[in-house]
Amino acid sequence: MSRDPLGRAPALILVPAGLAVVVLLVPLVVMVGSTDLGGLVDQLRTETARNALWLSVSTSTAAMLVALVLGLPLAWVLARLEFRGRGLLRALVTVPMVLPPVVAGVALRTAMGRNGAIGEPLLEATGFAFPYTVWGVVLAHVFVAMPFVVISIEGALRSAGSQYDAAATTLGASRWTTFRRVTVPLALPGIAAGMVLGWARSLGEFGATITFAGNYPGRTQTMPTLIYVTRQADTDAALALSMVMLLVSVAVLFVLRERWLGVGTT
Amino acid sequence: MTDPGRAGLEVDLTVPGRVTVALTARPGEVLAVIGPNGAGKSTLLAAIAGLVPAEGTVRLGGRDLGRLPVRERHVGVVFQDRHLFPHLSALENVAFGPRSQGVPRARARAEAREWLNRLGIGDLADRRPRELSGGQAQRVAIARALAQRPDALLLDEPFAGLDVGVAATLRIELTRHLAAYDGVTLLVTHDAIDALTLADRVLVVDDGRVAQVGTPAEVAARPRTEHVARLVGLNVIRDGDTLRCFSPGAVTVSLARPEGSARNVWPGRVLSAAPHGDAIRLLVSGDPELIADVTPAATRELGLEPGREVWLSVKETAVDTYSATTSAAR
Repeated sequence: MSRDPLGRAPALILVPAGLAVVVLLVPLVVMVGSTDLGGLVDQLRTETARNALWLSVSTSTAAMLVALVLGLPLAWVLARLEFRGRGLLRALVTVPMVLPPVVAGVALRTAMGRNGAIGEPLLEATGFAFPYTVWGVVLAHVFVAMPFVVISIEGALRSAGSQYDAAATTLGASRWTTFRRVTVPLALPGIAAGMVLGWARSLGEFGATITFAGNYPGRTQTMPTLIYVTRQADTDAALALSMVMLLVSVAVLFVLRERWLGVGTT
Repeated sequence: MTDPGRAGLEVDLTVPGRVTVALTARPGEVLAVIGPNGAGKSTLLAAIAGLVPAEGTVRLGGRDLGRLPVRERHVGVVFQDRHLFPHLSALENVAFGPRSQGVPRARARAEAREWLNRLGIGDLADRRPRELSGGQAQRVAIARALAQRPDALLLDEPFAGLDVGVAATLRIELTRHLAAYDGVTLLVTHDAIDALTLADRVLVVDDGRVAQVGTPAEVAARPRTEHVARLVGLNVIRDGDTLRCFSPGAVTVSLARPEGSARNVWPGRVLSAAPHGDAIRLLVSGDPELIADVTPAATRELGLEPGREVWLSVKETAVDTYSATTSAAR
């Protein structure tokens, strides 16, 4: 290691930094070490596990897309428009980020449940209700994941700078053309990062989902709820399922990092 | 207006707290806007383009631009930092304007290619801005602004940040392109050479106001602001309502107080000494701060190093005296 011209890194920084790594990595390493890899394959053969995995991946992807379609415009509004109450709006939008997920689930039930303020008229008008359906899972995921998407895309739009927007406007571009051809392409890495963040948040979502959409195998039982239920009876199986989740998360993050975020290439 | 297709520019605007400017320019005319940093030059351009809110009027031909959004003003802007779209090739950057105005993609590209050829960078069409040198990027920026066929062209410090040689080449090229362009050009610069070589008229902005308007020759010969005097290498002293202007070559430097009217004799201290052509140019502190050209021999003899106390004097016959308020003969 070459000498740092600014001097040695102080132990007061290095020791807590090392502890941080230990706290973050040791549980995962131990989990990987304790997992019976044969059991992993067996677990994946069960229909319950396959259903839950498929449900987790598909609902998280759907939630990510919904969060993008709605969240990108909201991020643009927060980043590019000047209006009274913008700070307040941003604060309100981020509330679900800090809200305990169980509370998010209760809030969703109160609003969208069969007897909810919106849910009841919706049920009467269409015969459809969100709770205990796959759409309920998606809604719960969107609710908890969209703030992450909005905030990180807003940051990307801000750092991409409005001077390019100004240049596009002087060239005769409408605001929509500017958004489509300049703003979004320039913020693409940040948008992709926001989507990954939102997807990851959805994938791990537990509290809001189980509170709002329940835990019906094949319908609303996602991987986290399955792991939770399984763990009560069969620790080894829960461990194997957790391993699956870990692999899926890491694989997706890795692929997207290489492909979209440009990290590791520079 | 001689050409009904082209439009003269009439500006009378105020950006509160920044700049108040009234100006007119004929179609095809190149008007240099010159002044110190922070004088409000770039703000003026941004206000004409509509990028900063302004009070007053901006008329381009028959159109009142003040009522129009930026994108309907048909004013081409070459930004100081260029703001080329980093994710688009040079060709797509230049085609962006035509395409935004509804020109079909293929034709917009063909036009863009033509502009790049005209600017001498046709072979760089597929490069991204980060793969271009400063001078090349500046050419793309100029092509991009011209490709939308604007009624007025605004250039903000087009040579800033370029190597001296690159800037000189580009300046010569730009002279040619501006001659071929039949709309009004406003060129913001802090460099006297730009104003003298490119402009038909010069507008001097100082402290948010117009300090002087005239041909480059008039402004260079009888500058009204200290800033322009320095740019063109002259001394200007304000004396009530008159300005007294003399060249640094006419200044005599001595160690003892010379004879002569007190009006033309000043004590001071040498701040800096640097070669200037065959002479050594001294910057001398005092009230006012003056520049004086002396021979290298005199510099040695008198020991004219920074810190040295000296007397400066100038013969009355070498001083050009003119009014500080009314415009010079046009």
